[in-house]
Amino acid sequence: MNNYIPVIIGMALVTYLPRYLPMRFLRNIKLSKRAMLFLQYIPYTSLSILIVRGILSTELSLMPGAIAGISVAGLVAYWKSNLVLSVFLGIIVSFVIISFS
Amino acid sequence: MTTDTKLHIKEGFLLGIPLVLGYFPIAMAFGLMSKNTGLSFTETWFSSLFVYAGASQFMFLDLIRADVSAGGIILATFLLNLRHLMMSASVSVNLKKSCEKYLPLIGFGITDESFSVLSFNKEKLHLPFVLVIISMAYLAWVAGTIMGYLVGEIIPPTLQTSLSLGLYALFAALLFPSFKVSNKFLILSIISGIIYASIYYMGILTAGWDIIVAILIGSMVGVIIFGKEEDLDE
Repeated sequence: MNNYIPVIIGMALVTYLPRYLPMRFLRNIKLSKRAMLFLQYIPYTSLSILIVRGILSTELSLMPGAIAGISVAGLVAYWKSNLVLSVFLGIIVSFVIISFS
Repeated sequence: MTTDTKLHIKEGFLLGIPLVLGYFPIAMAFGLMSKNTGLSFTETWFSSLFVYAGASQFMFLDLIRADVSAGGIILATFLLNLRHLMMSASVSVNLKKSCEKYLPLIGFGITDESFSVLSFNKEKLHLPFVLVIISMAYLAWVAGTIMGYLVGEIIPPTLQTSLSLGLYALFAALLFPSFKVSNKFLILSIISGIIYASIYYMGILTAGWDIIVAILIGSMVGVIIFGKEEDLDE
């Protein structure tokens, strides 16, 4: 392949449709209580899954820095409820550990 | 502009900052890597402009290097991004009426990160709030890609790695405070984490499916465990 534009357009379409279609169709149907509950749990399950995936797919040598940074960000947010500060401190802790290990 | 609108914009702006900080360096890494893979400048920034999906754009480069066919690349992208179907479904039920006309745009802006910020502020999903957050993230992604292609070499790799870990820090910073609200969110998170780790180590599902299946099982287990005691407004 020398020209990737058609592939990029294909990727754009298959990425966009799953993002948009639920918005179009789900808002107009009355969902059952169980379905609502299922949708409500998705933020918690998917975030936890993305964090675990992030840690597991990090190179072994970077893992301590990754785990420390993520934990610091989570704990600071738990106590302080300041998103920007939490993420910032998390990044600094990761950076320090990765730089000095 | 009403004072309400101003407030919503300001709230959105503050929550958009961590997204910008997280996206910009990763987008730069993508831009640089894309250049090194041999893509043109246009192909590189078009990827970010039209596809706008971090993980699958990096995968795109890997697959080009592995000489995978166009069909294979598109199918892999579809599977990897299918998780947004559930995220978008979850966000959609909490969007305010004012968002109705802009659903095609808001849908485009749903990524793991914007979804996280939106769904953990679900009582604030007025149009200006939502638009500010998704546009800040999107602009950072596209601008970062362009910068990365042009001058990506200037960021030291250690700093790049730490900044990209910032997105996981963001996920944790959004998730952990919910444990104060209710124990069940902690239980739900632990269960889903274990489910994902098990699937990951079994290695039976390809990237994309592993996340989708874990989210489905985790959320269903949640409904089974908490379904009886639950009142929908939590």
